[in-house]
Amino acid sequence: MAQEDVKLLGVVGSPFVCRVQIALKLKGVEYKFVTQDLQNKSEELLKYNPIHKKVPVLVHNERPINESLVIVEYIDEAWKGKSILPADPYQRALARFWAKFIDDKVFGAAWKSVFTVNEEEREKNVKETHEGLQFLEDELKGKFFGGEEYGLVDIAAVNIAFWVPLVQEVAGLQLFTNDKFPKLYKWSQEFLSQPTIKECLPPRDPIFSFFKARYESLLASAK
Amino acid sequence: MENEVVLLDLWASMFGMRVRIALAEKGIKYEYIEQDIWNKSDLLLQMNPVHKKVPVLIHKGKPICESLIAVQYIDEVWNDRSPLLPSDPYQKSQARFWADYVDKKIYDLAKKVWARKGEEQEAGKKEFIEALQLLEAELGDKPFFGGDKLGFVDISLVTFYSWFYAVETIGNFSIESECPKFISWAKRCLQKESVANTLPNSERVYEFLLDAKKRLGIE
Repeated sequence: MAQEDVKLLGVVGSPFVCRVQIALKLKGVEYKFVTQDLQNKSEELLKYNPIHKKVPVLVHNERPINESLVIVEYIDEAWKGKSILPADPYQRALARFWAKFIDDKVFGAAWKSVFTVNEEEREKNVKETHEGLQFLEDELKGKFFGGEEYGLVDIAAVNIAFWVPLVQEVAGLQLFTNDKFPKLYKWSQEFLSQPTIKECLPPRDPIFSFFKARYESLLASAK
Repeated sequence: MENEVVLLDLWASMFGMRVRIALAEKGIKYEYIEQDIWNKSDLLLQMNPVHKKVPVLIHKGKPICESLIAVQYIDEVWNDRSPLLPSDPYQKSQARFWADYVDKKIYDLAKKVWARKGEEQEAGKKEFIEALQLLEAELGDKPFFGGDKLGFVDISLVTFYSWFYAVETIGNFSIESECPKFISWAKRCLQKESVANTLPNSERVYEFLLDAKKRLGIE
């Protein structure tokens, strides 16, 4: 078997990086995590992701793959083991739809709800977040979005499960609560406690402090 | 059976065109149902309750929404002919990355040109051209993004070409003078029947856009 060289350029605390870590762990892939300084981007990062200059970047045998959901699908195809996407084309289309929905409609809005100083913007984004979460709540039919076992949508939704409750607390907002979204909340607790997932999550306190500091500096700069 | 595959679409939608090109490349017969996006049908709302948008591909009664997802679905179901994505996982990931780039950038930047004025429009024109030039660099010396044949990225991008006349006219600039390679690639794509039969007349698109602007209250 050829020597595999797998590197993940990332930062601890990024939900998008976390998705990739989960996928790699699921497949049992050994890799080197190369921590990036996003305030002072490395030559390596700029070389491997010249277009977006962001993390995560997966580098497999010196070939880069960018964008977390593109990377996760690549990992599913490049390595054997537990499947992340379903085999059936229609189920695959649905999985891709909901993963994209999370990125385009829910997580972005949730983030903007917190990290804004404009009250109108905040209100608009809170509304959009609630609408998005409601669609997810209604879509969840089994134990996981992937059915009996978690899959692409669950992995994409790690942003919702771990990061949304964390940043909403930073801003004192009620975005994702047990009252409003009981099925989704139950799913999040079940999902985050899965051994593979748990091992990929960053430590909560330092990440909370990091985002709280960012939130406070945002408020301060607006005054 | 023709009504096994149905497409809810709008003739001017560059997203819908992607699905039509994919269906044509695979030689799939389907029923096309034109949608009035200003007065959405019950069928559209039922088939795409989340986004309420076109295109919606319906196969054996089940809807697939989002154009690039529909194109991948078509490629995976009708996998016995004219592959649209590469089979190699790395090449496939690169195709997905670039199609995602097109989705993230091209519509919004074009919109900045046709919906804004003054400084904002000027900035939009600059960013739009830069994005096209980035794509030109990615194309390199290849005839198509897919290599020798039309592929996923070509299909995701060439449909915007039908909107160029409208964007150029409203923005008062020439895309070809800044991105000649892009234009020659688009014309090469148009030599393919699937693309030529799908892309609508550019002047019709311009009229459509002027009407859309009025309806949306954009000057």
